[in-house]
Amino acid sequence: MPGKPILQVIGLHKSFGSLEVLKGIDLSVTKGELVFIIGPSGSGKSTLLRCCNRLEEPTRGSVIVDGSDITRHDVDVNRIRQKIGMVFQSFNLYPHMNALGNVTLALRKVQGMPRPDADAKGMAALTRVGLADKAKAWPNELSGGQQQRVAIARALALEPLIVMFDEPTSALDPELVGSVLNVMRELRESGMTMVVVSHEMAFARAAADRVVFMDGGAILEQGPPEKLFSNPEHARVGEFVAQISHHH
Amino acid sequence: MEFERLVFSFFNADVAARYWLDIVDGFWVTTYLGLAVIGTGLSIGLALAVARSFHFQPASFLIVIFADAFRALPPLVVIIVLFFAFPYIGLSMNAFTATWLALSMVLAAFAEEIFWAGILSIPKGQTEAARSTGMSRLQALVNVILPQAVRITIPPLTNRMIAITKGTALGSVVAVHEIIYHASSGASEAGNPTPLTLGALAYLILFVPVVILSRWIETRFAWKR
Repeated sequence: MPGKPILQVIGLHKSFGSLEVLKGIDLSVTKGELVFIIGPSGSGKSTLLRCCNRLEEPTRGSVIVDGSDITRHDVDVNRIRQKIGMVFQSFNLYPHMNALGNVTLALRKVQGMPRPDADAKGMAALTRVGLADKAKAWPNELSGGQQQRVAIARALALEPLIVMFDEPTSALDPELVGSVLNVMRELRESGMTMVVVSHEMAFARAAADRVVFMDGGAILEQGPPEKLFSNPEHARVGEFVAQISHHH
Repeated sequence: MEFERLVFSFFNADVAARYWLDIVDGFWVTTYLGLAVIGTGLSIGLALAVARSFHFQPASFLIVIFADAFRALPPLVVIIVLFFAFPYIGLSMNAFTATWLALSMVLAAFAEEIFWAGILSIPKGQTEAARSTGMSRLQALVNVILPQAVRITIPPLTNRMIAITKGTALGSVVAVHEIIYHASSGASEAGNPTPLTLGALAYLILFVPVVILSRWIETRFAWKR
């Protein structure tokens, strides 16, 4: 059964000065779907994600989240952003707060939740990523994989409709990648809607509902992972997949 | 023997006994003036750095002009302008107010630059992470950026605070009754520089605890990255 779209990107353009990074992207993500975005570096994958919560302002086009167009200037972007979780390549944990502090900051300061309630919710999020025992640990005391899982918990605590992952495992040592992917797999099984920019092809093959291949600021091809990885319509996709798989 | 003349000139017990109470009075004025300058100067400096972080060009431009002007001007000139020139445009103020205001502006200019450098030194990802959880620009600044930036700025700010509090000595020019005023008038009255020695002692008593406190704050607020 096709769910209702959580995220719809329509005719999205983004230019940095004279450099056009996104050249008209159309993408729809339905509830519970895990969409993987792959493509060569500089193809605009990260920019696409960052336009979806307006960390970058789109030049043209619409981004519709749960029915409302977030690119309209009368929209409360701070309210919308709580519904769009974002996980960054470099984790970006706040170094002056422990894990629980990182996870509960927005609950307390943005949603005005009293500390005991926020702590309970934060602990639930940390439990979900398997780090309840690290609630009092400082970011520098955690491994990269643990830091990234805290960052995922920080996004989850706000009960987002969708979570965006911007190369979540690229900054990790190879032996730590698995723990983050496991958390993402569990999230997917719990029905979370996710958009993932990553080069973890094995994970994409196993967990993605759809793989989107971007090249030069446009979507060249999209489809189920088995189709895109084994029998793509464009030779360019096949070359890229072969190249990445070779290196991993 | 030269040593006896040194003791007679700079460590003269009789002169010290006559003037030490004046120096104590000056000590309190210096302390009070210094605290007032630090309070206003740091507040204005922080407010300007925060305002500048909103990247509104006309405001940033004015802030930079303010910071550059007051970092370039000798504080003494600012005091003299406020005290002697401002009455002509209908803005009279007493010596204490003129000194307080002048030094506050100078400290604000330096503090703004220090806070601004601190804010800039925090990686962009910190703001992005905060904003992506729905924090406004100001909330991200207050909860995420400033707590990190302020820690970095404690050592340079402490140096500035000490420098500006010593700058209160310039108030003696417009007859603010702080340490140097009492020390130098005592020295000329007695014909003996011992009051200046007492003044130096007063500055040591004032600043050594400040330096120790700043070291404590640095370690207290240090966190490992």
